[in-house]
Amino acid sequence: MLFYLLRRLFQSAIVLAVVAFGSFMMFRFMGDPVAQLVSEETTLADRALIRQSLGLDDPLIVQFGHFAARVVQGEFGLSYQMGQPVMRLIAERLPATLELSFVAFSLALLIGIPLGVFAGLKPNSIITRVIMILSLAGISMPTFFVGLLLMVYFGVELAILPTFGRGETVDLGFWTTGFLTKSGWLSIILPAVTLGLFQLTFIMRLVRAEMLEVMRADFIRFARARGLPARRIHFRHALKNTLVPVMTIAGLQFGSIIAFGIITESVFQWPGIGLLFLQAISAVDIPVVSTYLLLVAVIFVVVNLIVDMLYYMVDPRLRVGAK
Amino acid sequence: MSFLSISNLTVEYPGPLGTFTAVKNASLTVARGEILGIVGESGAGKSTIGNAIMGLLDHPGRVSGGEIIFDGERLNPADDRAMRGLRGKRISMIFQDPMTSLNPLFTVGEQLIETIRTHKRLSADEARKNAIELLASVGIASPEERIDHYPHQFSGGMRQRVVIALVLCSDPDLIIADEPTTALDVSVQAQILDLIKSLVATRNVGVILVTHDMGVIAETTDRVVMMYKGEVVETGETAQIIHAPKQAYTKSLISAVPRGDRRLDRFPGVSFLEADRPAEPKLGGWWFDNTNQMPAITDEPLVTVRNLGLRFTTRHALLPSYRRYFNAVKDVSFQIRRGEVLGLVGESGSGKSSIAKLLTQIYKPSSGEIRFGEHRLGTLTAREQKLLRSQIQMIFQDPYSSLNPRMSVERIIAEPIRHHANASGAEIAKLVHELLEIVGLGAAAAKKFPHEFSGGQRQRIAIARALATRPRFLICDEPTSALDVSIQAQILNLLKDLRDALDLTVLFISHDLPVVRQMCDRIIVMRDGQIVETSQAEHFFESPQTDYSRDLLRLMPRMPSRT
Repeated sequence: MLFYLLRRLFQSAIVLAVVAFGSFMMFRFMGDPVAQLVSEETTLADRALIRQSLGLDDPLIVQFGHFAARVVQGEFGLSYQMGQPVMRLIAERLPATLELSFVAFSLALLIGIPLGVFAGLKPNSIITRVIMILSLAGISMPTFFVGLLLMVYFGVELAILPTFGRGETVDLGFWTTGFLTKSGWLSIILPAVTLGLFQLTFIMRLVRAEMLEVMRADFIRFARARGLPARRIHFRHALKNTLVPVMTIAGLQFGSIIAFGIITESVFQWPGIGLLFLQAISAVDIPVVSTYLLLVAVIFVVVNLIVDMLYYMVDPRLRVGAK
Repeated sequence: MSFLSISNLTVEYPGPLGTFTAVKNASLTVARGEILGIVGESGAGKSTIGNAIMGLLDHPGRVSGGEIIFDGERLNPADDRAMRGLRGKRISMIFQDPMTSLNPLFTVGEQLIETIRTHKRLSADEARKNAIELLASVGIASPEERIDHYPHQFSGGMRQRVVIALVLCSDPDLIIADEPTTALDVSVQAQILDLIKSLVATRNVGVILVTHDMGVIAETTDRVVMMYKGEVVETGETAQIIHAPKQAYTKSLISAVPRGDRRLDRFPGVSFLEADRPAEPKLGGWWFDNTNQMPAITDEPLVTVRNLGLRFTTRHALLPSYRRYFNAVKDVSFQIRRGEVLGLVGESGSGKSSIAKLLTQIYKPSSGEIRFGEHRLGTLTAREQKLLRSQIQMIFQDPYSSLNPRMSVERIIAEPIRHHANASGAEIAKLVHELLEIVGLGAAAAKKFPHEFSGGQRQRIAIARALATRPRFLICDEPTSALDVSIQAQILNLLKDLRDALDLTVLFISHDLPVVRQMCDRIIVMRDGQIVETSQAEHFFESPQTDYSRDLLRLMPRMPSRT
């Protein structure tokens, strides 16, 4: 177990180093940083001096070393656009994104898994067919389109739900939350449904396929032959066996909800990191863009690590000391 | 006093291409304290009867006629609610494969306690006590500790004991055992059958034992129902069925069972089935006349294995002292002479298949060497390596998974020829047709796909593919254990003929001692990765040298000797 964990951590470190190098290189591709610092009258000699004092004459690998050292200490520089530390900008926006992702993902799991189980157990029922057709629509419609439809109906026609922003938020010091106010909850509904719909249908279809597979297994037949009640067979014996593959995919999906909720955030003007990222791109705000890249990598690595640890909890065959 | 009686049971599977009748007008009875055997080859409908009694027929199967009377009441398998009251409670079922019958994610204790509490009103603690008693009663040592283990921590035989404990949770009156020992080693099989017999005696339950193995039938059952293509062919006392079968089918099936007590020249075929028996292999054609490209191997033996070892790392660790290894093969040395059939026997986990994989260079040895003629494996150039691979071919156990379902038979057989020989398309096609004739399928089979063939025919295709490179050395890993008795006889006869005609050297891996006796010249017995005994075949069967060999022979299920 320890060996396995260490190996996974080592692999994660390599992934992060590669991504860090990518985001470091971004600074170099986006033009000469000195040119952006100085005015047109600055002499070539002065420019050379600035270049030297900023360490831009050092070999690439040394510069990357400095960059990595600063990143490890949590220094990501100042945003070109807003002149504030990137770290602070992201910390301000992250709660909004995490809350939205959390609600969207919970919706996907809490609705997707039961529907998937139902569709897997009763593959020929009418309700299953309706669910499957609807899920096909859910999986094939682009996110922004779903978002716009919801906005038009619930926001404009019925005018019962807000269509942009987070509503009122409460500042807890380190975290601003929308979960403590009514307008916060109302505001999160439409973006969460939009963001979660694809994941929901995806998880549902996966659970259904796994369920169909597991229900054919010998141990399910044997459980039936022992006279166990159907509910126990379905929700205890079968469901737990479908979880391992579902966890893998759901973990990846959760990572991508956090990292790539960009479209939803921009459709609903949700003040999260996705929106920040979009604004940064249009302003060529390299420090923000490169930090965002690193953050996405960290999120994926952490989520994957957690999923791997969950395997151990669900599947005793992976635990050490077996045999 | 029969407390289960089935009369004129008919089970149908309606399908788009017409209705398939799996069981036709079958009648049988079981009494308390009696073991009734249902025997037959695959497709005979023997498992269907068990599933029909349980109300567990696969969709869309249904009982379309006849009745099942259990303890004076007529069962209606279509009534799932009523069946659930009986299922598990009064009638229980043991499945074939103990490896897949237990849920891998729950401890055996959780599964036992759950089942006990489904059937009896007990507190969790009482149920746990009850579960420990049950585990003890099926012969599991230190049940207090084992109850908290997961299924994968038990061996196959131990798992089947756990399965039986689960079946006993509700004190059933009738147990249906569907091939309960087919997936187990002979020694374990004997223990499980003894356990079932003792349960019948102590608990006075009735047992229906469904199996294809006449040896198991002969040793375990009181009465036998013989089935063929969904119909009951013959019913009678076990001794009568085995010694004096009345029906032609029963007679020929019993004669096809390989005998452990005596070596015969050829397997008696199942004449009942073999009206159109494939012709003896006729050899000829350019491929087989062609002298081989490989430098002639003159000096015997063909294969020499010296101090062979194979080690797997079971626990990885940074520090060597924390690493754990498993020695699949330990210091094994043997030789195979030209033209010899060497039998490799042993129980599962003894290292038999590892040796096959070492010889075919799927695994690399951790120590020791393998010589093929004068070539030492692992030191060859790429060209020599390729030639060598054409010389060594393998036939696998499962003819269903060893043939690519998306390739036509022609392509399957032509593939190794294309890889190893420089032949034109027409030559290859001619050769494929010859090979198909040789294995008794006929050239017409070339255009078909594997799913159009039965298990035995597929194994013939696998043999044709193995022969396609004109090998000198053939490794057969349990080539017939997935096949029915009558098919097994045909395949083994074919292998015998081919070996004589093509001067093949064969390594025959099997756990089935009667088959080994019929096929092999010399025998190596393996246990835990080591060689226990090496003997001439007849010598081994008449006077085994070690205790382990004697145990193996003693536990081999035998047909009582007959004249």
